[in-house]
Amino acid sequence: MKTLRTMLITLGALLIAAHPLVVHAEDITLLNVSYDPTRELYQEFNAAFAKHWQKEKGQTVVVKQSHGGSGKQSRAVIDGLEADVVTLALAYDIDAISEKAKLIPANWQSRLPQNSSPYTSTIVFLVRKGNPKGIKDWEDLVKPGVAIIPANPKTSGAARWAYLSAWGYALKKYDNDETKAKDFIGRFYANVPVFDTGARGATTTFIERGIGDVLVGWENEAYLALKEFGAGKFEIITPSISILAEPTVTLVDKVAKKKGTQPVAQAYLEYLYSEEGQDIAGKHFYRPRSEAALAKYANQFSKVSLFTIDEIAGGWQKAQQRHFADGGVFDEIYKPK
Amino acid sequence: MSLLLKQPSVLPGFGLTLGFAMFYFSVIVLIPLSGLFVKTSMLSWEQFWDIITNSRAVASYRLTFGASLVGALINGLFGSIIAWVLVRYRFPGRALVDALVDLPFALPTAVAGITLAAIYSSNGWIGRYLEPLGIKIAFTPLGVLVALTFIGLPFVVRTVQPVLQDLDKEVEEAATTLGADRWQTFRAVIVPELWPALLTGMAMAFARAVGEYGSVIFIAGNMPLKSEITPLLIMTKLEQYDYSGATALGVVMLAASFVLALIINLLQWWSTARHMNQ
Repeated sequence: MKTLRTMLITLGALLIAAHPLVVHAEDITLLNVSYDPTRELYQEFNAAFAKHWQKEKGQTVVVKQSHGGSGKQSRAVIDGLEADVVTLALAYDIDAISEKAKLIPANWQSRLPQNSSPYTSTIVFLVRKGNPKGIKDWEDLVKPGVAIIPANPKTSGAARWAYLSAWGYALKKYDNDETKAKDFIGRFYANVPVFDTGARGATTTFIERGIGDVLVGWENEAYLALKEFGAGKFEIITPSISILAEPTVTLVDKVAKKKGTQPVAQAYLEYLYSEEGQDIAGKHFYRPRSEAALAKYANQFSKVSLFTIDEIAGGWQKAQQRHFADGGVFDEIYKPK
Repeated sequence: MSLLLKQPSVLPGFGLTLGFAMFYFSVIVLIPLSGLFVKTSMLSWEQFWDIITNSRAVASYRLTFGASLVGALINGLFGSIIAWVLVRYRFPGRALVDALVDLPFALPTAVAGITLAAIYSSNGWIGRYLEPLGIKIAFTPLGVLVALTFIGLPFVVRTVQPVLQDLDKEVEEAATTLGADRWQTFRAVIVPELWPALLTGMAMAFARAVGEYGSVIFIAGNMPLKSEITPLLIMTKLEQYDYSGATALGVVMLAASFVLALIINLLQWWSTARHMNQ
């Protein structure tokens, strides 16, 4: 199954690589390897960038998109999927490309403004209409009798942000007492009836299967679900504090250099920070970085005080080691007692 | 060595076909498998042991192999009945039912998984009637069993069917004329004929179930220690870029499946031999 997948991905990449020869000599093709919920965002952004580049340089750019779980996508690039740029859910997945395949320099995150993260998101709760369990904050999620649906942090990027969000809340609540925070996390995951492997799967479980009282996940996914399934059925609850989730973007240097697409790929990423790019991000329920776009979409996002992963876990590398690696805090919850 | 192996045969082309067979087998099976072992050998014995005896891993073996075995047994019983009905009786829609048996083969496993989860979840067509009875299928180990039974069915039917077809009615009639009652005919005439094919079918259903991923994850609930299958643990390790840990679990599954396949083959060989001697 796995090898077949890799083969298909490679085949796909080959086809994409061969594509410009067939279409037009001056056309440029970029491959943007991204994660699941950004599909709609990049559809619109790619069209906008193609227009901008045509006007600016007179070249036609076709941006191909590839979406999937963030970790899976990162592995595909490591295994040879020829991405010019990657736009993944968390910095750790791009670190992995830098470390394992050496396609990106180690200091990649300092190359673009704001930690190479042009838009941010956070973790919120989606509850059923009328909020029957009276969910207001993280505290309500660990009450007995409340069933919550976060995805599995071992396999999903969004679920890792959700985990860290709950951890951050517990640290603040218990004055950085880690034993109490661990206990909180234990009670949190004791309320999980079903573990999906990805954020989209968790959304399906909550919405289509009708399981659970609270979906804990991406803010942008929650708004999308509300838009798709009708505002009458679900409500979004924003907790008092949550994590500042920074999906990151970067150029895949070695691939872009080989394909000669470096300048346009770099411009593509920089365009995410332009007014138009920021506006599109806001439109798709990502929190923009620019003041203007932020002001425009201000009433779409609830006020929430945000903490960063550096504050509560000392960055991704440490968080991964401490919490999600085998034998980490997350594994301790599922030790047979 | 080659001299010893080469026995005179009336058919020409032994060397060439054997060469092709070995080449093909190596490229398709042996090389990928040896890759698995090479990757695992990057671990020390201690690390390897720690990974494969981890409590979550052990719980997942129990579920994966247990549910696969039970699924294969269920399919052995009901698959034989389906094969029997399809071969022995003529009824309208028989050809359709016959074609439908292959559906679990043809359906993409993810589609099967999502469909089963939708049907058996507490708001699904079947799940909603079982829920008040206190039976939960989707997102429990029972759901894993349902999925594994579903994908294994065609293997039993398709191996038993041709044997049943070849079974002469005259043999049964002869048994009757010799004074055997129906049960005796079934036990002493039909079952020994079917047994090897049935074992093969169940072994194939079992082997397929052990490696199944797509259809199971959607219905399993994937709770650690409870409803987590081994292939999911392997995916989890890959997701953390732990390639050697993932292959370690792969090696365990491979070894266990190989041993079980060997046992089943021996059983089959033994039962055929015994049958021949009678």
